[in-house]
Amino acid sequence: MTEKRRPHILVTGAAGALAQQVINRLRNDCDLVAVDFREQVYLGDDIPSYCIDFNKRVFEDLFRRYQFDGVIHLGRIQSSQLTRMRRYNANVLGTQKLLDLSHKYGVSRVVVLSTYHVYGAVAYNPALIDEDAPLKSAGLTMDLVDSVELENLANIYLWRYPDLNITILRPCNIVGPGVRNSISTLLSSARAPVLAGFSPMMQFIHIDDMADAIVLAYSKNKKGLFNVAADDWVAYQHALKLCGCSRVPIPSIPPALSAFILRTLNLKSFPSYLMNFFKYPVVIDGRLFAKEFGFTPKRPLKEIFRYYRENKKPV
Amino acid sequence: MSLVSLIKSKLVSPTLDEQLNKIRKPIGSLGYDPWGFNNESVKLGFSLSKHLYEKYFRVQASGVEKIPAEGPVLLIANHSGQLPIDGLLIGYALASRQENPRIPRAMIERFFPTVPYLGNLLNEFGAVLGDPINCAKMLANDEAVIVFPEGVRGSGKLYRDRYRLMRFGNGFMHLAMKYRATIIPVGVVGCEETIPAIANIKPLAKLLGVPYAPVALPAILPAKVYLNFGDPMVFDDAEIPEEDVTERVEQVKAAISELIDKGLTERKRLF
Repeated sequence: MTEKRRPHILVTGAAGALAQQVINRLRNDCDLVAVDFREQVYLGDDIPSYCIDFNKRVFEDLFRRYQFDGVIHLGRIQSSQLTRMRRYNANVLGTQKLLDLSHKYGVSRVVVLSTYHVYGAVAYNPALIDEDAPLKSAGLTMDLVDSVELENLANIYLWRYPDLNITILRPCNIVGPGVRNSISTLLSSARAPVLAGFSPMMQFIHIDDMADAIVLAYSKNKKGLFNVAADDWVAYQHALKLCGCSRVPIPSIPPALSAFILRTLNLKSFPSYLMNFFKYPVVIDGRLFAKEFGFTPKRPLKEIFRYYRENKKPV
Repeated sequence: MSLVSLIKSKLVSPTLDEQLNKIRKPIGSLGYDPWGFNNESVKLGFSLSKHLYEKYFRVQASGVEKIPAEGPVLLIANHSGQLPIDGLLIGYALASRQENPRIPRAMIERFFPTVPYLGNLLNEFGAVLGDPINCAKMLANDEAVIVFPEGVRGSGKLYRDRYRLMRFGNGFMHLAMKYRATIIPVGVVGCEETIPAIANIKPLAKLLGVPYAPVALPAILPAKVYLNFGDPMVFDDAEIPEEDVTERVEQVKAAISELIDKGLTERKRLF
């Protein structure tokens, strides 16, 4: 009698804290292969791990060798990393390669991680933005074009190749232990910049909850596009206060002055093209995902901020 | 003790604190809602408005009990007086009523979110960017929403046009029909006299990126304000042509016009 074949899953972005959380949740029941664009990470003897550029031909060998059933694509290079050009190559062209190979080798489930940044921060944004709202960020800054393009591409493949069963997740700010994105860096620092007179509403999701959401999304075969956020909100400056950060105000008018100051400071965690996200709210509606997938985040905002407050000075 | 908590302890009495905590609000664990409403700030706003409402504008409100205790409600009023003082006073009237107080939300001009400090402050007190999606989501949340269908056409009008209703947009009627929200017409009398403007310098307004630049005294005059709340109006959600929607809007407009006339008759003198 043959034993039931364990699902083979490719997880990208393996060097990131989120991917490692997802891997830990899946490793008992699935055969995983981890890849990362940036570095090779050791994830235990049972999980082959590669440092690979998706645009190189050797990437196809992984598909030939491991016969993946599913792909969890978390390896999106964030807007604060690398140059615009390299990011475009990795995020857009790399993802296209990944999806093409997935189609060629009969992958039947794909989960793609996007970001709420695609909606763009403008003063006229309504709150509780639905999944069908226009993606304004590409028109606002060149630095987020790759994020929007990645999504468009995933969307095209979603309807062109229904067999791939693509689910795209657009989470709010992912924070928590090990997260190295710009907002997490801000919350963990002793001083954080704010735009004087602006404290937009923000949403945060704990990395453990986000990992749960990804695993849940993977396990339930419902394709489509979903925002992921808890039904809880906080103003940016209040969040900083709860994390024990002292606020450093930057003049907010005229906007050209703030942009100039931020370009001069050249802070990785507060880049000038993300300036409007600290000025105008981009509040997403995560209720569709919660309903369709039965998802309830377990870590409240207070617990998230307590972690940052208590870990100000790393040992 | 920080400055904010010091001011709060001076202004907000424990009774008021308790009174406002009792009012149902769909807020998260830190006292915020998705539009930036803040449970603590609203207490401060309430205390400050109390003085304006009772002492400065000596508001005389009638019919506030006609607003339903629950369910989606649209408070439709005439807009006047350059600044959204009318919205503040209507909001206070409902939040401070003896039985079943509610904290209403006000739809504000699109220009406010771009103003530092003021934009956030208005949001914390419950004002929301006047976007149809915002209004729809709030009605779905069973909130009471204050809408001025005249928009800047109303608030920016000159003193010589006082109490003349400008064109009403149809948006509020579509939302009321879709969400089966009760419409309460409100006639505001007195706000026209708070900041009487004799002219609007359009090029200056364009230069500053504001909706209008009135020529007016740099002061808010203490005119006595009359708020008259009308009988609830409910419209079905039938699929009807836009012409019929406009007809329904006209019904609401006529009701407001009557309430304004009532206020003007009640008024014995301006201040």
